[in-house]
Amino acid sequence: MRSVIDIKELSVSEIDELVSVAKDIIANPEKYAHKCEGKKLATLFFEPSTRTRLSFEAAMYELGGNVLSMASAASSSASKGESVADTAQVISCYADIIAMRHPKEGAPMVAAMNASIPVINAGDGGHNHPTQTLADLLTISREKGRFDNLTVGFCGDLKFGRTVHSLISAMERYEGVKFVLISPDELTVPDYVKRELDKKGIPYVETTDLTAVMPELDILYMTRVQQERFFNEEDYLRLRDSYILTPEKLENAKSDMIVMHPLPRVNEISVAVDRDPRACYFKQVLNGKYMRMALILKLLGL
Amino acid sequence: MNIDSIKNGIVLDHLTPGKGMEVYRLLGLDRLDCHIAIIKNAPSRKMGKKDIIKIADDIALDTEVLGYICPGATVNIIKDGKNVEKKKMSLPEKLVNVVTCHNPRCITTTEQELPQIFALTDHERAEYRCIYCETLAKN
Repeated sequence: MRSVIDIKELSVSEIDELVSVAKDIIANPEKYAHKCEGKKLATLFFEPSTRTRLSFEAAMYELGGNVLSMASAASSSASKGESVADTAQVISCYADIIAMRHPKEGAPMVAAMNASIPVINAGDGGHNHPTQTLADLLTISREKGRFDNLTVGFCGDLKFGRTVHSLISAMERYEGVKFVLISPDELTVPDYVKRELDKKGIPYVETTDLTAVMPELDILYMTRVQQERFFNEEDYLRLRDSYILTPEKLENAKSDMIVMHPLPRVNEISVAVDRDPRACYFKQVLNGKYMRMALILKLLGL
Repeated sequence: MNIDSIKNGIVLDHLTPGKGMEVYRLLGLDRLDCHIAIIKNAPSRKMGKKDIIKIADDIALDTEVLGYICPGATVNIIKDGKNVEKKKMSLPEKLVNVVTCHNPRCITTTEQELPQIFALTDHERAEYRCIYCETLAKN
């Protein structure tokens, strides 16, 4: 039974296949409107994440399938002490596929090891969130028309930002990709990520100066500095405000550069940027739903 | 100090000095009923000092973990007083219930019946990561 827990489990050709199915869904939604009839998706969210859950549910409904959802983690059997392994086996009796969000890292993997139906990791703590990366990849493909020969800038919290690490590991497999890592010194990319890049001979530069590197970028991926990662308020506030993207800062950027963000944002992209045609973060949300549809179809073998 | 050579059994040689007891425990030798010798800090030409464990019984023993605890360890199978097989241990691909994940956000901290599994992710640096949360094993 195939599950998707980490973006690295999907090969380049599988990603290409998902992207092309997603584009076909966008072009011919009626062709897919009944594909999942009679199938049920269980959304097991042990941690609140309304938008990811709604995205999965919308994806399943648009495929003609049904959704089983639990009201909240507090009302689930987990609050009675049931293990993830047992929950996975029980839900396998009711549903055809599971989307699981869990605060503990590795919980969806444990579910996948015990379920008899496919499990999609819908985020496990600060660890993996493969369908976010799939949304990012469809956005890049639709907006830039390619994955190769791109200079990708990541800005903000590159230390804890799981979306950054996942997108780097997905993009590093393409020819001619260069990374520009823009962050305050306290929030640089972890050493093991850089070691992987060094080992594979993939070019990257680290800088603290967003404005200076702006003209080089084909993609600018902004991230939020998350308050829950900090122990003191002062550090959080200082770092939160280190990089705020404004229309002025975008003046030096390429006219076809795209601005991405996994959302939610706090203040790192000023609202005035939303009107810039290069702003793609709301398109990413929509693309996330299409990629979840493509992934559900693939894992159900439809 | 003299310890008799064994006729049939297993000799775990070239163990990192001081690691003998840990190996004894990890391989479950404490649960065996046979004659076992643990030799600590034996003189070694190659290593200066080494630990040795001699097991005087022809048992099936999973010694894979030795490659992790004592890099360079050798496993010798003795039959009728002759060394019939000498195996140099290399880093195992997986460690099961050898190292504990120290990441407080890992699922293994709340579900303690889960096996602690670490996989070899960097051969050169001998790095192992938890299969659940990918946290690096602490030596």
